[in-house]
Amino acid sequence: MPQASDAGRVFTARPASVSPWVVGAVGIAALVAIPILAVLSSLTSPAVEIWVHLWRTQLVELTWNTVRLLAGVGAGTLVLGTALAWLVVHHRFPGRTVLEWALILPLAMPAYVIGFASLGLFDFAGPVQTALRRAFGESLRLPEIRSYGGVTLMMVLVYYPYVYLLARAAFRAQGGATLETARSLGRSRVVAFLRVTLPLARPSLVAGAALAMMEALADFGTVATFGYRTYTEAIYRVWYGMFERVAATQLASVLLLFAFALMLLERSSRGRQRFTQGMRRGPATMPLPLAGWRAWMATATCAAVLTLAFLLPVGQLAWWGIEAVREGRVSRDFPVLLANTLSLAALAAAAACVFAVVLAYAGRLHPTRAVQVAGQFASMGYALPGSVIAVGVLLPLAWVDHGAGALLERVLGRPVGLFVTGSVIGLVGAYVVRFLAVSLQTVDASLTRISPILDDAARSLGARAGGVLRRVHVPMIRGGLATALILVFVETMKEMPATLLLRPFGFNTLSVEVWERTSEALWHEAAVPALAIVGAGLLPVILAIRWSTRDTRGR
Amino acid sequence: MRVITLLSRMIAFGLVLGLGVVSGEAQEVVVYSARSSQYGPELVFDAFTKKTGIQVKTFGGNTSELFERLKAEGDKTPADVLISVDAGNLWNAARAGLLSRVDSPEIVANIPAHLRDPENRWAGLTVRARTIMYNTKKVKPEELSTYDALGDPKWKGRLCLRTSSYIYNQSFVATMIKRQGEAKTEAIMKTWAANEPILINGDTKILESIAAGQCDVGVTNTYYLARIVAKDPAFAVAPFWANQQTTGTHINISGAGVTAHAKNRANAIKLIEFLTTPEAQQMFADHAFEYPANPQAAVNPVLAKWGKFKQDDINIAAAGEFQAAATRLADRAGYK
Repeated sequence: MPQASDAGRVFTARPASVSPWVVGAVGIAALVAIPILAVLSSLTSPAVEIWVHLWRTQLVELTWNTVRLLAGVGAGTLVLGTALAWLVVHHRFPGRTVLEWALILPLAMPAYVIGFASLGLFDFAGPVQTALRRAFGESLRLPEIRSYGGVTLMMVLVYYPYVYLLARAAFRAQGGATLETARSLGRSRVVAFLRVTLPLARPSLVAGAALAMMEALADFGTVATFGYRTYTEAIYRVWYGMFERVAATQLASVLLLFAFALMLLERSSRGRQRFTQGMRRGPATMPLPLAGWRAWMATATCAAVLTLAFLLPVGQLAWWGIEAVREGRVSRDFPVLLANTLSLAALAAAAACVFAVVLAYAGRLHPTRAVQVAGQFASMGYALPGSVIAVGVLLPLAWVDHGAGALLERVLGRPVGLFVTGSVIGLVGAYVVRFLAVSLQTVDASLTRISPILDDAARSLGARAGGVLRRVHVPMIRGGLATALILVFVETMKEMPATLLLRPFGFNTLSVEVWERTSEALWHEAAVPALAIVGAGLLPVILAIRWSTRDTRGR
Repeated sequence: MRVITLLSRMIAFGLVLGLGVVSGEAQEVVVYSARSSQYGPELVFDAFTKKTGIQVKTFGGNTSELFERLKAEGDKTPADVLISVDAGNLWNAARAGLLSRVDSPEIVANIPAHLRDPENRWAGLTVRARTIMYNTKKVKPEELSTYDALGDPKWKGRLCLRTSSYIYNQSFVATMIKRQGEAKTEAIMKTWAANEPILINGDTKILESIAAGQCDVGVTNTYYLARIVAKDPAFAVAPFWANQQTTGTHINISGAGVTAHAKNRANAIKLIEFLTTPEAQQMFADHAFEYPANPQAAVNPVLAKWGKFKQDDINIAAAGEFQAAATRLADRAGYK
């Protein structure tokens, strides 16, 4: 019977030598932390006067707005994501196999695009309210969608897949034995879920909610679309409105405090407990077949979420897209854009996941403060608005270009252009900085579930740390790894600010194409590349889901 | 391990792509553009290449981020020309030393003085008028006069505005400061805020809201309305040319400047000169429903129906000069 317990320490290497894992982890963390340090360096010249102005005019309001948005998004995604994962993993109902992967789809679209499309449907001038006014009189007023409630609901619908994906991976990894054991001890299904399944999955659930909250924290596009003023509003007001980029970066670095608080929260929720299961997971999950109205209720619930979060906005986009296609306002080099987007996303996903495995595994082998802090610090880029971290990446890259360029020029005797700034490596680096949190949280959460007894057993049989990782852990965290790959892949495809700023010359992607249209408010034309992002994400998502579910059936 | 081979291949691919951008050909000009290439420039650049044989390479991005890239690249920048929307951004780039002075009689002749940098580091290419929009079924034009008058209590709850974070609003307030002074402007903004405007993010959205009856008047750029009217002539919103008896309707520009470290400076100047000719201006105007900066070019027929109007002829550099002050002023006045 798996158990949350204090027992068991991971087999550690002899203290005399410094483990290559630690060196690797600290090295990766240091590299990834450079842009974050660049952001923090803005604190050395405090823009006191701007802070005072903001404090007098709006800082309290904006901070309060941010805090309650985070609370709403955290709670909402936690409940919705967990409930959906529970339904899908542990039950059988019509449409389940399709819904299982389809429920991830809201993640494949930039949140502000979904936000804009939903707004177009549901705001005062939109078709829904217009029809209602026609039916019930012109004086009919619905609650304003541009509000706390509206934006929170929107974000919950867009970000619940983080929790859903991680919860799903956790529930699957638990297998059926856990639940069955609890049931055989006389617990009802619901009680077993609440008392056993849920607590065991806690690291994953909290990690998912933390990701959703960080996403909400860093967001500017969606909240701006909804006219909801959060802390990021102050950042861009100072940057774009007052031309004070350094002061804006300073404001942004405060977001790192928020992020740090979130991570502490996440760590402390794990406490000193361990969430491991025994060596043998036992049989795969045995989904309970639902019958009659229960089955249809389950289907309807999942379908309703999918409709609101995905099908409706996509329908709106498709409607616009058809118009754009008819008018011939579609890019000519779509295949190139698609290929660029996919290869960038694949590179970023692979890099972020390899880095995450090294960091997480080093933390497992050597659970010292240094290794843990390194990982946490390195993954904070996720809580920063995309364009702030993009400039954070740009500055060190340009610095390398100018420094190394001068050296090269002396050696070669001819002028050298920029070779890191605006290279694919620089761009992928930016993605890793931004999305390492996603892969690290996911991998770490699934690694935590594996009992250290396994490590000890494998090591006592003479396997080396790398071998144990490859032959024991990686196969066991397959689900978590697949989740991490999907998440980073999809995040990269839709990422816009860093892509715009750091992409190589003449190297365009689908999200650049989205920008080309939305920057002039040509939303109808933006629909086509936005839908292409969703379409391009579909295949890898389905493949990864397949790959991650295979192990629960085969063995 | 397979993963490692795969990774090293990917890194090699990255390096190849990264190094590929270093070299350049002779007859070209490189443009960093905050103006979407889809909406005008693409056509005009094609025409330029056809005429001169000079290839135009563009790199699009948001103004403030392009500014950072240009600055970070320093003397190594591949950019020859910076095209930006909003005069404030051009002013800021010039202030940071990213743009260089160009003394071209042709540009001076083509573009009116108030649409150019007083030190000739940038020039306007298109004019974007920002004026009062009203629901033609609910408001009579006689009820409207100036921007200031939107603070009249009769518009309480009937006014739709963009937020003051929107760059065009910041430039609007900035030129108002230049015209009327900070104290007067703040008082006006307070009356706007007191009318509890419905804040809507998007000029098109504001126009739709006015048409749907959520509000009766608003302030937007005219090309958004032109786009709608071109498809739906019955759309129940019309522009009112504000401040015709006083300072003239507020305008902003999209414009261009030659970068300080341009490698193809001569080509860059040629390009900007071409962009100011009536021929090129016509393409901008036809395609994007903006007003040509060169008064010799004809306006789009959709715009022509709205008649001629008096532009505020204050030098648009004021949009940059007072932008930070405008942002703070809006904060103080409670205009969100």
